[in-house]
Amino acid sequence: MPLATYQTSVPVVVDDAKCIADKGCTVCVDVCPLDVLRISDMTGKAFMAYDECWYCMPCEADCPTGAVTVNIPYLLR
Amino acid sequence: MAMDEIVDGLSEVSCDVLVIGGGTAGPMAALKAKMKNPKANVVLLEKANVKRSGAISMGMDGLNNAVIPGYATPEQYTKEITIANDGIVDQKAVYKYAQSCYGIIEELDSFGIRFLKNENGDYAVKKVHHIGTYVLPMPNGETVKKALYRQLRRARILISNRYMATRLLKSSDGRIAGAVSVNTRTAEILVIKAKAVILCMGAAGRLGLPTSGYMFGTYENAANSGDGYAMAYHAGAALANLECFQINPLIKDYNGPACAYVAGPFGAYTANNEDRRFIECDYWSGQMMLEFYNELLSGKGPVFLQLKHLHDKTIEEIEHTLHKVERPTRGLFQEGRGVDYRKESIEMHISEIGFCSGHSASGVFVDDNARTTVPGLYAAGDMASVPHNYMLGAFTNGSFAGLDAMEFADSHDFGEIDAGEIALERERVMAPTKREDGIPPNQIEYKTRRLVNDYLQPPKVTRKYELGMRRLAEVREDMQECMIARNAHELLRALEVQSIMDCADMAAHASLFREESRWGLYHWRTDFPEKDNENWFCHTLLSKQDGRMTSEKREVQPYVVPIADDEKDLYDKQRIRASA
Repeated sequence: MPLATYQTSVPVVVDDAKCIADKGCTVCVDVCPLDVLRISDMTGKAFMAYDECWYCMPCEADCPTGAVTVNIPYLLR
Repeated sequence: MAMDEIVDGLSEVSCDVLVIGGGTAGPMAALKAKMKNPKANVVLLEKANVKRSGAISMGMDGLNNAVIPGYATPEQYTKEITIANDGIVDQKAVYKYAQSCYGIIEELDSFGIRFLKNENGDYAVKKVHHIGTYVLPMPNGETVKKALYRQLRRARILISNRYMATRLLKSSDGRIAGAVSVNTRTAEILVIKAKAVILCMGAAGRLGLPTSGYMFGTYENAANSGDGYAMAYHAGAALANLECFQINPLIKDYNGPACAYVAGPFGAYTANNEDRRFIECDYWSGQMMLEFYNELLSGKGPVFLQLKHLHDKTIEEIEHTLHKVERPTRGLFQEGRGVDYRKESIEMHISEIGFCSGHSASGVFVDDNARTTVPGLYAAGDMASVPHNYMLGAFTNGSFAGLDAMEFADSHDFGEIDAGEIALERERVMAPTKREDGIPPNQIEYKTRRLVNDYLQPPKVTRKYELGMRRLAEVREDMQECMIARNAHELLRALEVQSIMDCADMAAHASLFREESRWGLYHWRTDFPEKDNENWFCHTLLSKQDGRMTSEKREVQPYVVPIADDEKDLYDKQRIRASA
């Protein structure tokens, strides 16, 4: 069976200007209980790769530069 | 190599005590085991990262079951929990917890975790339960995980993050011998040999589907997919009272606690659309949930948590806790909806079903030393059967598990492991990565959990259950034959959905076995609407025997604390009677 790509707007937003993942920081990727954050090969910045969020906050709370914002997922907003 | 790319590899390590799950019970179990024998190797395996894993990822707003001298006695607490669970309790474990938890509170205090104290320096305990006083607020409860992590590092516990355990290994004499795990970012297999294993893998929180339709918008940490229940089952351990589901009163759509335990002691209460109270007590029992459910359907719903009558300063204090600890995005959610607690009540709803002894009475069957029915295998926290555990229960029972497991490890050598068993498990784990084409795990999971809602959610109807089990069996076949995982992260989800499916089967099987109604909404069978103490005043134990799911009765052990006849039904009288 062929697979389609399913579009969703993701709750975790990263401010590229503040994110220092390109300098080696991986804090948000490390702490996420659902392991949904990754560092982009293209930009070197963190982003939400999988829309599987518990809107729990460690990524935002532990980010050393305040680059991460957790929003409430659209379906339950 | 890019993260999530699949690596086909296998390595082996060994340790004395293996603790699986680094949330609440796990870190305490690991610490206690290591303190008992500092020379031994203790490994703490965690699917996520111990720094922020489990139900208390962002801390906790209070202890819900603190038995503190001067406020409550172990006898009184044991009595309350027995009554709240319709009598189906082995009191020995509850009583031991009640006697020991104060010591654990003091230990946590020494770790730097702060509890609310009054001006005299005494713990400021609040009343939420029906009878006794056990709720201790934690205004600085966001520091719990950090404090635990410091202790783990100091004790030199070996932490392995991002490894998901998949199956337990036993030696030919039936004793525990270790576990198979898989790296969630590379799919490499790690076999861990151990003399004793402690399961602290949390609730089965991804069993039902939240009404929002967002699969990860669960009450429990969504990483808690019931892997511990599935692993214990496949290892032949008994699981108790799984028909006693967990269903909670939560903020509608947000699906987190509102939280009556925090706000109740300040004067907040649960009300209907006429702003009237309809339940006597906000403590989460099945009986209370049944009244909640009835009110929602009665035309007097929605149900609300009412705060607007409180003083502005009081609301500020409640907000300070609710929006900072446990589920801090509660504030963001209410802000988005334009809800100000001063003007508007909080709309509540009931959650999807799950398994969790934190709030109910189900779980992997354990005795007062946290021993399961498999020698050398222990369980603690939300997945073990000590009822109404909550966070303090996880810490306290985790501590019992750690101590006893190290004693077991000190007196046993490694069990033998059959290489063929490891090879078979490796094949099972990797199967979804070997297919070119098929159904992704998110679709298998959505369908499974949608069927759980449609057919297994109370009220439980035998005919619906039979149909539900047929539908689930069809999805299981798809899962086993057609599920695909295209990277290591998808493989993690593919393994989790297998745990979810096992839990759904166990929920259905256990529910059909108990032919009566008990625990209010948690086990309300329309075909057997009455409580039947003559035939069903017993535990039910579910286990895998000769490859098949089997249930049997087990006697409730003689009470340590007697319950008078006129006390037995105190929790049945939850509805406020209309005054004349």
